[in-house]
Amino acid sequence: MQKPDTIEQVQALLTGQGYVCGRALAVVVFLALKLGRPLFLEGEAGVGKTEIAKALAAGLNRRLIRLQCYEGLDASSAVYEWNFPAQMIAIRTAEATGAADRGALQAELFSDEFLIERPLLQAMRPDQHGAPVLLIDEMDRTDEPFEAFLLEALSDFQVTIPELGTIQAAEPPIVILTSNRTREVHDALKRRCLYHWVDYPDFQREVEILQARAPDISARLRREVVGFVQALRREDLFKKPGVAETIDWANCLLALDVIDLSPEVIADTLGAILKYQDDISRLQGSEAKRILDQARADLEPT
Amino acid sequence: MPETPQIQLPETPQLAQNITHFARALRQAGLPIGPGRVVDAVQAVAAAGFTSRLDFYWVLHACFVSKPEHRVVFSQMFRLYWRDPQFLEHMMAMLMPAVRGVQDERPARPGEKRAAEALLHGTQADQVPFDGELGTEIEFDASLTMSAEEKLRTLDFEQMSTDEVAQAKRILSQMTLPVQPLQCRRLMAAVRGPRPDWRRTLRDAARQGGEIQSMARAKRRLRWPNLVVICDISGSMSQYSRIILHFLHAVSNAQGAGWARVHGFTFGTRLTNITRHLAQRDVDAAVAAAGAEAQDWEGGTRIGQCLHDFNRDWSRRVMGQGAVVLLITDGLDRDDPVALAHEMQRLQLSARRLIWLNPLLRWQGFAPKAQGIRAMLPHVDSFRAGHSIASLKDLAEVISNPDDHGEKARLMAQL
Repeated sequence: MQKPDTIEQVQALLTGQGYVCGRALAVVVFLALKLGRPLFLEGEAGVGKTEIAKALAAGLNRRLIRLQCYEGLDASSAVYEWNFPAQMIAIRTAEATGAADRGALQAELFSDEFLIERPLLQAMRPDQHGAPVLLIDEMDRTDEPFEAFLLEALSDFQVTIPELGTIQAAEPPIVILTSNRTREVHDALKRRCLYHWVDYPDFQREVEILQARAPDISARLRREVVGFVQALRREDLFKKPGVAETIDWANCLLALDVIDLSPEVIADTLGAILKYQDDISRLQGSEAKRILDQARADLEPT
Repeated sequence: MPETPQIQLPETPQLAQNITHFARALRQAGLPIGPGRVVDAVQAVAAAGFTSRLDFYWVLHACFVSKPEHRVVFSQMFRLYWRDPQFLEHMMAMLMPAVRGVQDERPARPGEKRAAEALLHGTQADQVPFDGELGTEIEFDASLTMSAEEKLRTLDFEQMSTDEVAQAKRILSQMTLPVQPLQCRRLMAAVRGPRPDWRRTLRDAARQGGEIQSMARAKRRLRWPNLVVICDISGSMSQYSRIILHFLHAVSNAQGAGWARVHGFTFGTRLTNITRHLAQRDVDAAVAAAGAEAQDWEGGTRIGQCLHDFNRDWSRRVMGQGAVVLLITDGLDRDDPVALAHEMQRLQLSARRLIWLNPLLRWQGFAPKAQGIRAMLPHVDSFRAGHSIASLKDLAEVISNPDDHGEKARLMAQL
């Protein structure tokens, strides 16, 4: 599928995938597509950073290649690796059959046949549907050496394999990097990217998101759920609930056949929205009722 | 799939020039913007078109902002620079002394002052389309509000005697904090490592025409833990915290001496991250910069509140990989002890090891009578005195020995 030509098309494309997207985000996504620059998304956990990549890949009908970062991630698990056992067998077979033409063997050992492609290299390869979407998830979990390694890959869209030479992407992949900001990512990497801070959605948008992701819920409960979660985000919590938690919670309520929020129901299902014991214990007793009443009061005038 | 279309620079050179000026102003306000970003921004504006003000905002935002903290400054700068007439009016009113009385009920929002200062800086060089007369007046006043903003005192570092500094420097520069390294997932070559290194074995074999002569081996790489120092700089602690800052500077600048990263925080009535300042090479410059950043030197103490801020805003950022935490405070806190104990517990749970250095322990017969100390003591791994160079030397031993609990057991018995 073609890349969208206007910001409105981007918005429509993401909405078509059930991703309700604000104008600000549509603008940066459009720019990332148009300029072929990586997009660096930061924000609290569960605001939908990873989902953007998924929606974009599905909407453009491109392949989604995901590189999940972790501490200790290195080039061999991110870019490529030689299939050593297979190479070993090839050497032994060549020895056994006596066909030990050394030059030919060596050329064969370091050919595509024995190359295991990892996400970054896969993303550089041409694809019949167009350049894939490369999601580099949770950048902040890697260590600095890998970050530095990414600089070449992200600015020139090429990787170097000593035995094969430099492989450059014919068409740059659509790169989305996400970070939860558990640690600061280096400026050099950010400089190569377009930056966007993904914020919690406002009330109206979150209702729309919930409508798209959990359509079976009644409109009234949906507004109550969003109102409660939004009120909860204003509290001084250790970990504020993200959009993902709102959707989870709505699905929990649906599974329990809840039609109306009550302090008891909230107490029973609090584990779906709050993930820290401190936060949960804060909401025990009358606190949940207070927030619920407040959320309802906020809803009334509309 | 067609190639990305050739991007044309805007036909009106005025816009490109304006964006350049805007970038300059942002740089002035402290955003790290290089020339490359400006080129990007011009291209991005060209790509997105120039239809709506909101789009224009987000286009520039995507190019110039690279940290969440910068968003506020950016939005203020944007409003100022791309003229929101009402806003400009308000800024003028807020900054000019004559009208300030009217505006007092609305304090400056975050970023406003920085934005104003940056835009008005060097107006004489007419980089920014303001007339110079207004500029000078506002600039003068901005400095006034800056000093009046915080009622707490800023410390004068000159008070430290040169003898003291010299002694501290000499001894602290020799001091190391030996720690146990941690195993990490990466492998490194090792002659007698426990794992076979297939990649290297094969590479060697290929060089020998497929002949495997020896098995290359690897072992897990070791890494060093992080150190987080949270230092009380309130009035009762000030004499002590100066030495500690010197010590902190020595530790964070000792390359290869163990710690992977050293993060420094100071607190009195509020929490300040001074890590960046500690990276300065010169110890006096570093300590002075840290002192200028922390506005609450020699003020009061709100340990519970500051630990709460640390736990909420920084703990997951700086302690993600299991950091050793040094908490340096006398523990004299009159706030709610239950909340304080709660924050201490949270801190201990997220740290690899929590060590509390308390200078009060230097007194013979010290007993945990203050309610703050009683609340904090159960939640530390080690409780040590920290009042002299000698006690800092002891600290080095504590850190290398995970079973050391200092004076904790003795004092817990007195609770």
